[in-house]
Amino acid sequence: MKKESENIIDSLEKGDYKYGFTSDIETDMIRRGLDEEVIRLISQKKQEPEWMLEWRLKAYRHWLTMRQPEWAHLDIPPIDFQDIIYYAAPKQRKSLSSIDEIDPELKRTFDKLGIPLEEQMALSGVAVDAVLDSSSVKTTFRNTLAEKGIIFCPISEAIREYPELVRRYLGSVVSYADNFYAALNSAVFSDGSFCYIPKGVRCPMELSTYFRINAQGTGQFERTLIVADEGAYVSYLEGCTAPRRDENQLHAAVVEIVVEKNGEVKYSTVQNWYPGDKEGKGGIYNFVTKRGLCHDNARLSWTQVETGSAITWKYPSCVLMGDNSVGEFYSVAMTNHFQQADTGTKMIHIGRNTRSRIVSKGISAGRSQNSYRGLVKVAAKAENARNYSQCDSLLIGDKCGAHTFPRIDCRNKSAVLEHEATTSKISEEQLFYCNQRGLGTEEAVGLIVNGYAREVLAKLPMEFAIEAQKLLSISLEGSVG
Amino acid sequence: MDNNMLLSVKNLHASVGDKEILRGINLEVKAGEVHAIMGPNGSGKSTLASVLAGSDKFTVTSGEVAYKGENLLAMPIEERARRGLFLGFQYPVEIPGVSMANFMKLAVNEKRTFEGKEPIGASEFLRMMREKSAIVELDAKLTSRAVNEGFSGGEKKKNEIFQMAMLEPSLAILDETDSGLDIDALRIVATGVTKLHRPDNATVVITHYQRLLDYIVPDVVHVLYHGRIIYSGDKSLALKLEKEGYDWLINEYKD
Repeated sequence: MKKESENIIDSLEKGDYKYGFTSDIETDMIRRGLDEEVIRLISQKKQEPEWMLEWRLKAYRHWLTMRQPEWAHLDIPPIDFQDIIYYAAPKQRKSLSSIDEIDPELKRTFDKLGIPLEEQMALSGVAVDAVLDSSSVKTTFRNTLAEKGIIFCPISEAIREYPELVRRYLGSVVSYADNFYAALNSAVFSDGSFCYIPKGVRCPMELSTYFRINAQGTGQFERTLIVADEGAYVSYLEGCTAPRRDENQLHAAVVEIVVEKNGEVKYSTVQNWYPGDKEGKGGIYNFVTKRGLCHDNARLSWTQVETGSAITWKYPSCVLMGDNSVGEFYSVAMTNHFQQADTGTKMIHIGRNTRSRIVSKGISAGRSQNSYRGLVKVAAKAENARNYSQCDSLLIGDKCGAHTFPRIDCRNKSAVLEHEATTSKISEEQLFYCNQRGLGTEEAVGLIVNGYAREVLAKLPMEFAIEAQKLLSISLEGSVG
Repeated sequence: MDNNMLLSVKNLHASVGDKEILRGINLEVKAGEVHAIMGPNGSGKSTLASVLAGSDKFTVTSGEVAYKGENLLAMPIEERARRGLFLGFQYPVEIPGVSMANFMKLAVNEKRTFEGKEPIGASEFLRMMREKSAIVELDAKLTSRAVNEGFSGGEKKKNEIFQMAMLEPSLAILDETDSGLDIDALRIVATGVTKLHRPDNATVVITHYQRLLDYIVPDVVHVLYHGRIIYSGDKSLALKLEKEGYDWLINEYKD
């Protein structure tokens, strides 16, 4: 006889991806494939200055010499990089002066995603730089931010309007030669966000960008650059959803963060891209390079909730270059069905008295594989470095895998490094207890998982935390065992 | 059928793996009654409680159970709970990171939804939490902590009765709620259970010790042995068992 909980698995596996719709917006595409001509075309469409094109070409030429990394605990099907369209932007005839002028279909897409545009944003105090495919559609709250000297705009605009800032910082943390995907991104990135907080300014609202992959067969190559100048503070939110497609879609983003002396940046992500169906068909390939550089007394905190994508390859890292700088990484990574995730962080201690903290909570369900990969590196001159790492894994069912690959590379005797790890399962007893109090099994699993992830969710801004909680429950559908 | 009949168990057999643990249980519980189930270790007391609650660790091989006139065995665990069957656990489990308040709010609302009522309002819920935690003198601070996490043995048991008070069950089965309690905690927990007793609900207490029955006075005392109820009597039976043990009954039964 099948256990009741197994029957629930079966029924839950039919759960559909709730963001699986596509919108019919006229899209401006260029031809498939990648060569120097395509890069020139992208640069031209973006009306970029010559130096930008040169940088892209340098990246492209370097990329040609590189190979896809194979060290991750991932089974990546071959990707034909010549079979991808590297640029797609919604067609718009003229620039918009008000929200009413936005394509109604596009507006509906945003509404379906629950993006709080216009008045809703004013109420919730969130400024959204909404990115649909590769070109920014609307940037809001610019004036409020401008009063404080804060720049928050599409990176393509920043390249034209603030070339000196962009040239100074672009590629300073993640060079175009950093890795295969970063090089590809440097060559072809079509848009993304740029954010600059001037000296001593505390950004009065959470800055938020919603990314959304839309056109079929197009890759998304976002480039984000965030600079907090001396003593500045910003909390930045990134949220992602993608409509369902059978074809795998490639996403290779780069996020660079520079935190100058005494500055602080909090970067929060809720990633919910299409994970593929329950047989493992389709889904986003998500190869992301995220890294921040901390100067003296600076602080950088990464918080991520990763529930989407068929394959995730992502290691938000902190380079603690300045003395007394602090890096933090809080992560919940959940995989279900046939999803694969290889994610974690790197904490590079270079300055003196640097501190870092890693809290990673992996959740594996279905037939998924979930790996934590971390590096804590203490350089020879990094006196009194401190690291605390905690890696927990939660298994749901008996067909999934949880793996941890923590690495420590310590060159200084004064360092104190702690590492704790646990692996647990949702127990039958916990489920029975919840059921006996009237909770259905699905609800019970959602509750237990949210409890498990609470320490990380608590780091997210309020509205984001609620969304993340719901996502964890939705993404778990079909996982109870 | 007797309208007051809450639970009617007929010839219930249940096994774990190949091992039969319940071997023909017959039991009737009416509204307003308190039943005590006693018996030596390993006789099947906790199994009976788990089977009635719907635990899938055990397989019911034959027999019938009617709860409020309906087939209990056909209902999923959570439906039994929503219909007012409550199990006080012998070993309450911990759920890290989930606050007691959040847990109870979900549980209360599941029951209300099932009964076609609106979800409970925040202020009403808080008032209810305060009121009900007072019944078992449960420190109000515990309700903001994670479910059973870091609770002492006594606090866990008080917490079970607190949950019972919140959910107002028709039939509460308390599985060795007295085990591991000191004298004061025993008095508080037992008095709490008594306070919750009403003419329209019933309580089945599973216990090893007569001392619990000083507070919770049973209408009927059953002795469970080898998966069967071999003897039932009034409250004086518990006193006799306390004094003389089970041997006299077991010997008689073997004959």
